This record gives sequence, C-alpha cells and structure tokens, in this order.
Amino acid sequence: MDFDTIAAVATPMGEGSISVIRVSGPEAIKIMDRVFKGKNTLSTVDSHTIHYGHIMDPDTEETVDEVLVSVMKEPRTFTREDVVEVSCHGGIVSTNRVLQTILDSGARLAEPGEFTKRAFLNGRIDLSQAEAVIDLIRSKTDRAMKVAVQQVEGKLSRLIQKLRHNLLETMAHIEVTIDYPEHDVEDVTRNLLLEKSEEVKMEIERLLQTAKEGKILREGISTVIIGRPNVGKSSLLNALIHENKAIVTDIPGTTRDVIEEYVNIRGVPLRIVDTAGIRETEDVVEKIGVERSRKALEEADLILLVLNHGEALSNEDRQLFEVVKGMNVIIIINKMDLPGKLNVEEVKAFFPDTPLIKISVKNEEGIEQLEETIQDLFSTGTFQAADLTYVSNSRHVSLLKQALSSINEAIEAVQSGVPVDMIAFDIKRSWELLGEIIGEEVHEDLIDQIFSQFCLGK
Amino acid sequence: MMQYEADEFDVIVVGAGHAGSEAALAAARLGCKTLCLTINLDSVAFMPCNPSIGGPAKGHVVREIDALGGEMAKNIDKTHIQMRMLNTGKGPAVHALRAQADKFLYQQEMKKTLENEPNLTLRQAMVEEIIVNNGVAEGVVTKTGARYKAKTVVITTGTYLRGKIIIGDLQYESGPNNMAPSINLSHNLRDLGFEMVRFKTGTPPRVNKNSIRFEEMEIQPGDDVPRAFSYETTEYKTDDQLPCWLTYTNEKTHEIINANLHRAPMFSGAIEGTGPRYCPSIEDKIVRFQDKPRHQIFLEPEGRDTLEMYVQGLSTSLPEDVQLNMMHTIAGLENATMMRPGYAIEYDAIVPTQLWPSLETKLIENLFTAGQLNGTSGYEEAAGQGLMAGINAARKIQNREPVILDRSQAYIGVMIDDLVTKGTNEPYRLLTSRAEYRLLLRHDNADLRLTDLGYEIGLISEERYQKFTLKKEQIEHEKDRLYNTKARPDEKTQQILRELGSKELDNAIELAALLRRPEVTYKHIEMISPPEQSLAQDVKEQVEIQIKYEGYIRKQLQDVERLKKLDGKKLPADLNYFDIQGLAMEAREKLDKVKPISIGQASRISGVTPADISVLLVYLEQRKKAGSSAS
Repeated sequence: MDFDTIAAVATPMGEGSISVIRVSGPEAIKIMDRVFKGKNTLSTVDSHTIHYGHIMDPDTEETVDEVLVSVMKEPRTFTREDVVEVSCHGGIVSTNRVLQTILDSGARLAEPGEFTKRAFLNGRIDLSQAEAVIDLIRSKTDRAMKVAVQQVEGKLSRLIQKLRHNLLETMAHIEVTIDYPEHDVEDVTRNLLLEKSEEVKMEIERLLQTAKEGKILREGISTVIIGRPNVGKSSLLNALIHENKAIVTDIPGTTRDVIEEYVNIRGVPLRIVDTAGIRETEDVVEKIGVERSRKALEEADLILLVLNHGEALSNEDRQLFEVVKGMNVIIIINKMDLPGKLNVEEVKAFFPDTPLIKISVKNEEGIEQLEETIQDLFSTGTFQAADLTYVSNSRHVSLLKQALSSINEAIEAVQSGVPVDMIAFDIKRSWELLGEIIGEEVHEDLIDQIFSQFCLGK
Repeated sequence: MMQYEADEFDVIVVGAGHAGSEAALAAARLGCKTLCLTINLDSVAFMPCNPSIGGPAKGHVVREIDALGGEMAKNIDKTHIQMRMLNTGKGPAVHALRAQADKFLYQQEMKKTLENEPNLTLRQAMVEEIIVNNGVAEGVVTKTGARYKAKTVVITTGTYLRGKIIIGDLQYESGPNNMAPSINLSHNLRDLGFEMVRFKTGTPPRVNKNSIRFEEMEIQPGDDVPRAFSYETTEYKTDDQLPCWLTYTNEKTHEIINANLHRAPMFSGAIEGTGPRYCPSIEDKIVRFQDKPRHQIFLEPEGRDTLEMYVQGLSTSLPEDVQLNMMHTIAGLENATMMRPGYAIEYDAIVPTQLWPSLETKLIENLFTAGQLNGTSGYEEAAGQGLMAGINAARKIQNREPVILDRSQAYIGVMIDDLVTKGTNEPYRLLTSRAEYRLLLRHDNADLRLTDLGYEIGLISEERYQKFTLKKEQIEHEKDRLYNTKARPDEKTQQILRELGSKELDNAIELAALLRRPEVTYKHIEMISPPEQSLAQDVKEQVEIQIKYEGYIRKQLQDVERLKKLDGKKLPADLNYFDIQGLAMEAREKLDKVKPISIGQASRISGVTPADISVLLVYLEQRKKAGSSAS
C-alpha cells in the first residue's frame, strides 16, 4: 500500500512525564531529518536504533525540545512502514510544539486509529482483528468528531465561517468572469483580490498568534498557585485534584505530568502549571527566583496566592503582592485552623477588589467556597474566556498554517501578475483548508454562490 | 398495432441529436452494425435553442470530443459563421473558443456525415418500447410496429420524453420546436423501474433581421485570427464571418414584465419542472435581481441564408402578447417582427445515479443513456456523453473494458462522474469551476490529454496519430532546449529585456527561467535564442504554457496523484453495503444506491465520511485475505 506520512502523539495521557510522538510513512525519516539535530542524520543510521538530540524549528532554528528518537525501518515496524518515534518531554505545550514542528515539516496529522488501520492494511494485524479495527476507527472517529465540533463552536467557528464567506464571494466573482466572460459583470481587479486576500491573511495570522501564546481554552485556564514555603500550596492542589476529577480527554498531547495538572472546577477547566516546583521544593519562588517566577506569573490567566493564617506577613509575601498586582488573583488564606497571626486587613487593603477566601485544607473547610469563586469569575466574565477566540488543537493549527501559506501564495501571485484563474487556485485551496477546520463539506457552495451573487444566463 | 420482426443490429441508437449523432458515429466507426432512429429525419443534430457551440468548459468539451475521435468539432468548423476566443485576458486554462453556428448548415452537414458512414443506418421512427429480457436490453419496438434486435441500445431522447411546451396559459404536449413528443417511451422507462425527474428549460423568441435597428446596438464581430475546434481542420473562414449585436433591457421592459407576472407560468405554478439556475428566463432574472437596472441582450444570426435572429437573454414563457410588448421596449427592437415566440419546455429525465460511469444503466444490462435524458443541458454536454456511450456500447459487444475518463483527464470525465456520483437536482451544465484540476484540463492541451486514448479506442486515424506524435516530440525537444540552454547577458538580450520593461540579466540564466517571467513570452525567447528549426504555432504555445505555469501545473499534478490512488482502488460491484459493520447508516444507503466502482468515487458521494472510507478499506482488505486463504 502506498500512503502519505502521518504523525500523532502515541502515548495516552496521564501516564508519566514523557510523551511519544509516532511518525509513520515513506517520508518519515526524511521529515524527521528536517527537524532533528543530533550526532547523525537519521537517514544514515541503522534500523531499530535510538538517538539523542534536539528538535529544532527549521524556520527559526530555535530549539523546541531535547529528545530521544527511535528509527525503525520497514517492514519490521508497527505499521510496516518506516517509523520514527520521538520521546520528548511530557506536557501539552511542549509535546504539541514538537508535534507541530513535525507537521510543519511535511507530515500530516494522523486520523484517529490511522496507525492501527495502516498496520492492518499493510498486513501487520491478523484478519481476526479486522472487526476490532473497524470498531476502533468508528468509535475514535465519532468521538473525535464530537470533540472537534465542540471545539469550533461559537466564536472561532463564526470567524472561520466569515473568512470563508469572504473568500467564497471573491472566488464566485472570479469564476463568474471566467464562465460568463460576456456578461456585464465587472472583472475582478488585482487590487480587490489583494485587499481581500490581505484581510484573510491578517485574520489567520491573528488566530495563529492566539495558538502560539498558548491561550488555550480547551487545555484549561493557565493557573499558578503561588506562596511562601509551607503555606500549603501542595495540599491545596491535592485537595482540588481530589475533589475534582482530572480532565481526561482523548486528544493527542493532552497528557498529565509533573509540571502541569488538569482540574475541572465546576465546568471551568484549569491547567495548573509549575506545580512540579511546588512538589519538589515546596517553593517556586525559592527555586527559580523572583524574576523567573514573575515571568511564569505573567503568562498565567489566574493566580491563586496562598497565605498562611498562622504566620504574620513577611517581606517575601509583600514582594509577591507587588509581583501579582494587577493580575487575576484569588487570595487564599489557608490554615484557618491555626491561631490567626496574619493581618487580614493589610491584605485586603493591598487587594481591595480581589476575592479573598479563607480555607483550611487540613479540615477540608472553604474548598467549596473557593470553587464557587472560580466558577463565578468565569460566569461573570472576569476572564471572558468563553468569548475569546482561541485556537488550540494541533490539527487546527496545522490547517491554519496551510491556509495561510496558500493565501500568501495567492498574494504573491497577484503581485507578480499571474492570471486570475491561477490565483483562484490558491484562494480556493485556502478556502477548503479553512473548511476542514469546521468540518464543512466542499459541496456545491461555490456554484450556489455564483448563481445567487450574479444574474446570469442566456 | 401489429408488430413485425425487423433487422438485427449490433447497436441501436435512439435519437439523432447531439448525443445520438456522436453515439451512432462512434459505434459504427468501431465496427458495429449500427442503427440510428429519430422521430424526424429533418431534425438530425438540430439546435433548438442558441445557435452557438463552445464557450468556457463547453468549448473544452468540444476539443476533447475531437481528440477522442468524435464529430462535433469538425462539424462546427465546417458550418460556423463566427469564431471567437473568449477569456484571452485570463490564463490559458480558461481560454475558450466559441462559434456561432449556421444551425441549418450544421444539421445538414451532420446528417450527411451520418448518411455516408458505412455500418450506419439512419432511419425515421419513434421508439416506444425497449425490449428487455431477464434484465438485459435486446432491442427496441417502434410506433410503426418494427421490432429491431440489437446487442446494445443507447437512448438519447433529449427533451422529447413527455415533452410539454408552455407559453403563458397555453400548454401542449410537444417536443422542442413543435416536434412530436415521445410519450410511450417515457412510460416504458418508468415501467422498467427507472426513477425519473421532471426538468424544464426554455428558449427566447426569434426575430426578423430586417426589422432590427442595428444602429442602436453594439457590434460583436468574430476574431480576425484563424481558429478551429478540430485538430484536423485546415480551412478557416476568417474573412467571411457574421457579427452578433448587443443591446439591453431597460426599466420599461422590467415594468411590463413585473405588471404581467400573474400571467407568468414560472410563478403561477403551471411549471412543475426544475429549471436551470444558469439559464433563467428573463422574468426570473427580473424577480431575483430587482436591483439590476438592465440586462444584456445579444442578437445572434441563426444562419447565413435566413433572416431569423436569436434573442439571447430573453428566454421566456410569458404569453405571446407580453413577449411582443417587452421586446418592443428594447433599443433596436422597437419594431422587431417576431418570427417564433419563446417558450418553456418540460420533459422527463432519468435520475443519473442509476448509471455506471460507462453510462450503462445499472438496472438493465446493455442499455446506455446519454445527453439531456441524463439530466444535463447543452449540446456539448450531450455530445460528450453520446460519444462515451457510443464507444462503451460498442466495447461492451466486443468484450472490452469500458472507457471511463477520470476527473483529471477531461471535462467529460468531470461531468459523467458528477452525474453518476452526485446526481443533479437541476439541468446540469458544465462550468470550469466544476473541474478541480482546471489548470490541467485546458483548451490548448485536449489533444495531449486524449489523443493517445482516442487512438487506442480506435477513432483516431493512423495519419493523425503520427502527426500528433511528432508534435509531442517537438514540444518535449524544445522544452529540453529551454531548460538546458542559457541566455547570456549580451547586448542583444539586454536590449530585448529593456524594451519589455523586464529586469536585465546579471548572469546567464536558463531560457526556461527567463520564460517564467510574467512579461516574457516565447516570442521573446525565440528572439534571444532561436530554435534550430522554427516551430509550429501550437508547439510554441504548448512550450510556453507548460514552462510558464509549471509551478501551478505541478501543484495540480500532486493532487491528481492522490486522486489516482483512490480511483485505482476498485470496489467490486457485488458488495452488499448493508452487511458491512461499522458503516454509518447514511453511508450504507448512499453507497448501495450509487454502487461506486472505486474508493475514489465512493469518497465523492455526499454523506460518505472519511471514517466510512476507512471502514471500507479495512473491509476490502479483510475480504481479500479471506478470499485468498479460502482458495
């Protein structure tokens, strides 16, 4: 069988600090050579060997991650094709960046169950398993479809539909002048094409920017728990996890690990970052220093600042106050079971309009109130998370990048004087790729548009 | 009616319009003893609507017909009164030749060709029944009682099936242009189990040339460059062309139409058939585009020896008095004498998803259908299908695989694939936007795409094939030269580039790279570095297009690779989709109805998802393995 090359995160989530990305297909080794920098080029190494190196973004030459790469040449592989498996650091953001780099270099994101399907079609899996394979494809696809549709609901979907409609109108205009050259429809001018394409280009770039910033709603609101040592950050985290099931999804790359925890608080997904530090040393600030923690904090959507009811405010606490000032903060006063030495009024004076919750993790008191506060923050729109247009999923990012490159080619073509019907080719491709994101079929859209937009006929 | 046993044939073609003529000629030329039956011998290859052939997509089809060995291109080359290349300001893929026909000469010429074809019998008869035995077509029965036997039957009944003409309140059973309609055959097809639909189309009035004030109109002459549809044509009529004329409707015209909408069968419910969106009546245009202050009207001569002029843009089924009134509001037509009124016509068509891509029906073996009967509209669309149906009806008898053009090969392939895979809910017209590989399906390269195939089928003569092979070699040879020869920055070259406004050379570069500059054409390359021997214009054209648009062509070829892989995976005809676990219900029903011949075709059915395709692939593999382990 003759297939293209696919890639996806192969490890299930919630299992360890390492993710494995599997790349399979005739170009697997060639594609990996574009992004892997190690002692050897992968095309020269023996089959079934492991290599240490780095994944680099070939465009920016930035190091994406430190990795181990297994090269397995066909036919003795899972899919009976050339397979490269990349073991990289776990965690959504880093794993997705590695995957994205591989996708940008020529692989296609695998469909659900596609590795297994190939294994079967290439004769690797026994006939008796065919039904299981079919079930797998069916169930995974249906679930993935559901997830995909949910993801593009709302603003993102509307935005993409709007972009597509702009493109469609432009295409219809081009098509009508081609198919009805003698009709009194004004020819599409290069200026108009340029204007429309630039508009779409800007929007796609903006969307990709949201992806880059990692402002990923589906992955959760980036949350940092911060506080001096021994204020009970770790036990608070454990309490939140204990109370609420960690988010389990089937999306490649959403894996739980030591530095990120996923918690669903009354429907609000939180991605609690930097908890690794909390666990290991009980103190982020101490470990990475105020400067670096300030950076981590700046990237957070929500900060849970934990104070100890049993201790007076220290200079360290006040330093933290300065750092998080102006950010989305919930002040949590823990250890309410201890005698009060903390000057709550001073805290309130410093954070006048900030929610302040008193809890005792030990006695399991106040956790509910905290959860309610988090929920309220979202329902009252403090974070306006539901209104923001976020692009998260690797598939969408990959499609958006392709759509962008097509629209860029269209713009280049307009500028260099290429005939309009060829420009239409790139515009149409961009339109199709955007359609894939929201799962819209190509269908007769264009022809419908031509006849509703223009009056034609003999 | 007493029946009698008439002659036996290999192939019977029912109808002698644009589809029927091609089908009959192809079958006869492929060695089959062929009978072509038509209701009226005076209407062979008749053009009941516009007197023109070609245009975007349609003109491409005519070229393809020629490359495969059909007749339409040659016939129009002999009988046109004007030729124009359209879209010359756009890319080569959408350049499109259009001819105004002398419709009377066109008919005469085609009839003569049919009459003179050895192996072909042309006869006047109305077919009322198809003889079917155990699901296999075996011949036809005519109104006069003749029972003709045949191995394969091709039906091309155009708009004749239960045809009904509508003008205002007036309705009567009729074929086009008051020809006799075919009623019983439609009932027969229904009785045989075919699902039928009712479509509608229409035609504008014809007016007397002498009553038109042309000084009020804009002249539209033909090109003064010799042009032809057929690759075999060597004679041109550049100096002897008739012009068309352009005028417009105005507010007054629209007022009259608006005031009479209650008498328009389009809106009164009198018309039940679905009309084509791309060919709306004038009343439809006015209603749908109220804001448009005027609509174009073209006056086209119907021939050299007639005063009849076709009023393009005024297709209508309004009552005759309204037709007259609105026409007289138009500049130049104030005193126009109407010679024939416009009318709408309703007819039966079969749902085309009932066909294999060979155009054989799934229901009845050895029965083929083509043309407007399959839900299309347009002479060119009909002729393209007729040719394929004729070829495949002949090959069926000769036990050869049917010829199926894919979407990357020809507009004809796009059309047939659309029809048999998706069906159509209005009369189907080809548009260039229907072709996803438009840059490959060009007007200029129809011969390069299809002549090899036409030769293999047996409709291209040895002599023509040799000529074609030589052309191909010359193109490749010259392309090689341009890739391997460098232009040097010498004074002559810089001078040429300067005059063109093109950047002067810093270093020597490949001629091909130079040709890729938008402002540089082959003519300039020839000046900078002439080939050993000067080349024919069509060779130069190919070299220029293929090099200039190489990047785009390569992109499309990559897509085609994907298509070929999917189309190459064949699906057995005996698959029971309802037995395949894992297919969604909608997919099972659609697949069962269409019975796609390949995974590629299956993937183009709306409602069949990528997951369904995966399931199908796995199922096929399972079946294959089970089959091989059983044997």
